[in-house]
Amino acid sequence: MKKIIVLILMILPLLVGAQESKDKNTKANFLVKGNCEMCKKRIEKAALSVKGIKMATWDIPSNVISIIYDPNKTPLEEIHNTIASVGHDTALSKADDDVYNALPMCCLYDREQE
Amino acid sequence: MKILKTFYTLVFGFFTLILYSQEALEGEILTKQGTSTIPLEGASIFWINTQQGTVSDNKGKFKIPFSSETNRLVISYIGFKTDTLTIIQSYISHLMVSSEAESLDEVTLTQRRKAIQKSYFEAQNIMTVNSAELLKAACCNLSESFETNPSIDVNFSDALTGTKQIKMLGLTSPYLLISEENIPMVRGASQAYGLTFTPGTWIESIQITKGTGSVVNGFESIAGQINTEIKKPFTDVPFFVNLFTSANGRQEANVQGNKKWNDRWSSGLFIHANQRTQEMDQNSDGFLDLPLSKQVNFQNRWQYLNAEKGWVGFATVRWLDDQKQIGSKGFNPKSTSNSSPLWGSEIQTQRWDGSLKIGYVFPETPYKSFGFQSAYSDHNQEAFYGNRRYNIDHESAYANMLYNSIIGNTKNKFKAGINFSYDRYFEKVDQFQFDRIDRSMGSFFEYSYDNLENFNLVAGGRLDIHNQLGTFFTPRLHLRYTPLEKTILRASVGSGRKAANIFAENQILFGTNRIISIIDNGGSIYGLDPEKAWNYGLSLRQIFTIGKGSGDVTLDYYSTRFDNQVVVDWEQRGKILFYNLEGESVANSFQLGVDYAPTERTSFRFAYKNYDVKTQYNSGYLQRPLQAQHIFFGNFGWETERNSKGAQWRWDLTYHALGKQRLVTTIRDAQGSYAPSYGLWNSQITKAFTNSLELYAGIENAADYRQENPIIGSNDPFGIDFDTAQVYAPIFGRMLYAGFRWNL
Repeated sequence: MKKIIVLILMILPLLVGAQESKDKNTKANFLVKGNCEMCKKRIEKAALSVKGIKMATWDIPSNVISIIYDPNKTPLEEIHNTIASVGHDTALSKADDDVYNALPMCCLYDREQE
Repeated sequence: MKILKTFYTLVFGFFTLILYSQEALEGEILTKQGTSTIPLEGASIFWINTQQGTVSDNKGKFKIPFSSETNRLVISYIGFKTDTLTIIQSYISHLMVSSEAESLDEVTLTQRRKAIQKSYFEAQNIMTVNSAELLKAACCNLSESFETNPSIDVNFSDALTGTKQIKMLGLTSPYLLISEENIPMVRGASQAYGLTFTPGTWIESIQITKGTGSVVNGFESIAGQINTEIKKPFTDVPFFVNLFTSANGRQEANVQGNKKWNDRWSSGLFIHANQRTQEMDQNSDGFLDLPLSKQVNFQNRWQYLNAEKGWVGFATVRWLDDQKQIGSKGFNPKSTSNSSPLWGSEIQTQRWDGSLKIGYVFPETPYKSFGFQSAYSDHNQEAFYGNRRYNIDHESAYANMLYNSIIGNTKNKFKAGINFSYDRYFEKVDQFQFDRIDRSMGSFFEYSYDNLENFNLVAGGRLDIHNQLGTFFTPRLHLRYTPLEKTILRASVGSGRKAANIFAENQILFGTNRIISIIDNGGSIYGLDPEKAWNYGLSLRQIFTIGKGSGDVTLDYYSTRFDNQVVVDWEQRGKILFYNLEGESVANSFQLGVDYAPTERTSFRFAYKNYDVKTQYNSGYLQRPLQAQHIFFGNFGWETERNSKGAQWRWDLTYHALGKQRLVTTIRDAQGSYAPSYGLWNSQITKAFTNSLELYAGIENAADYRQENPIIGSNDPFGIDFDTAQVYAPIFGRMLYAGFRWNL
């Protein structure tokens, strides 16, 4: 009996998270404005704080974020809004001026004048 | 692009569970205009197929954190041909040629990567030593690779074989998990000489973890883990030759070739041979100071990469033959033994190794991957020492399956898996047979959390069922906190266990005539209970800049407490006793290290180490013999700038000072005696003519410090007091060496 319990305990970790259907892993790429390593940290941290986002990597040279997320849990717009809320303009959402102005010097990316 | 990235994640994320630390690579991009060089602003620099990149500033300078996914750096600038560099050396001079006939026709990139890197982002206290650092030692094999590394102490194991034994946190190598590409390697029968079986030129990098480390590779690590990465056929140079000769009569040859057959398959063939045929007896005690030896070592490996599908694999075969003759000068092992009045010894080892590794990354979800590793080895050693015989045949099989994924998002990652191991020992000590089979199966789960700002942790546990050690749980926890950007605090706690292979680990005892006694308490291994210990560690690292230079200060405190231990007791004259610990056994180590590089091409490294290693012996609670309590280490490195052809001078000076060491009572050393403190100077100079040819020469033990009478009872080698194991200093004095390296 003890052995069986031990065996179950051993196999258990392998089963954790092993099954996930495909549409739960939707990929998306979009533009997020920023400059530097600090921006990268801030953008990725914000993106990962959204429920249903599994992976987020932001590229400095291209300013493109690549995410894998579950659209059933969070619509894409909400991800845009969350990133914009920490000061970074995205393709669909614009950051508040106050938040943008509060960013450290090195993070003050060029904003299109409107 | 995605697929390529996948494949890099796979190769580097998987098999090199701990890769380079992610400190920044700094560099400068300049361009030649006529005869002067001017900085180039706005060039983009990024790691291939990753999201990590930067742009050079108005002085042409840039800083980019090392990538955990790739070592290929892309440099691009409008009007110039985009180029990709492989960052594997500490220095790279790169010529970038303009694709357009502009006035700017050349971009030179010079960069430097530290030869020793301390981990920055990892929760564990890991130090990576790359091949540039390995070149600094006279280094011919793995056991000699730590001479310029303050975390590891290199000791002289005995007066016969000249084998160097390593210690970490005041504990000898059996308490370390020594793996090769994450497969446990130096263990069981290979414990005494295993480190000498990996030639230095095969090594790509070494990762040293202080403390118990990860649970993924097993439960055996107590003081730390040392993992060696061997050069990979896909990234290594196509052809390499190294010849080495030293004034102590040792010659070495290394020939290495790698070939890429197509996009997916590449293979490498490494051959190493060394020998010492000259008899050396500087101290005129009638015994060889160093063994007469011959070693042939051969490795063939195949690497498979399928970037589109996300598969990677390695298949490796290795064979080794090692022969050592030690003991009296003029001893001939071929002549009829026993009748000879000379004390002689011969140690012959043949070893086979084979391994197969397969890894897969899910292309749709690159944070998920799967890996399988398996290995087989057979280590067969036959030896006699005077009238004593010791044979061991250790057959070992190992398999490990690993799954990596996330919980919710990539801030929460986990590794889970199972492993199996089988070890069969045929061991014969004189007429006594000690055969044993160890079987174990374990499962592990390791969770890591990163808040992406200033805190991360790795918490792991494993459950093992072992036929000799029973069923047990091994927990380990590592924390990292950075209160300020340049201040890193780490803490760790964990346990480890092992079966003590008392003869293989203490083979030096055969170079004595001490009577062996095992105080059997009914345990499962040689009548003894397995060893178990807890290790606790705290580490603080402060990075600083002074002027143009930068450096760091590290403070490490580690404590290992044994719940059970197999005590090796040399305290009584003419006896060696093995018994289970009754009472306390503690190893405390403190290290203060300062590294400082005042300029790009000079570096200083200092360390002070304090050890308090005490064990309850039958005769009292005593400091471990032959352990210096105070050790000081200093290293100075200097090099010139590489010119466009790669020509350069490099110079290096190392000093080790060891405080007094407690000696056991023998006819040589009265009760309560200590070995004197002493210092050792080593130095090496290298002249690189081009990027592919270098000559080097060096001196070890420049001040010619020697232990006067390393062998006790050398005039009566068959008497009870004969003892070659009480060695605290070099036996061989000043030693000069030289060699060259050439690659295509």
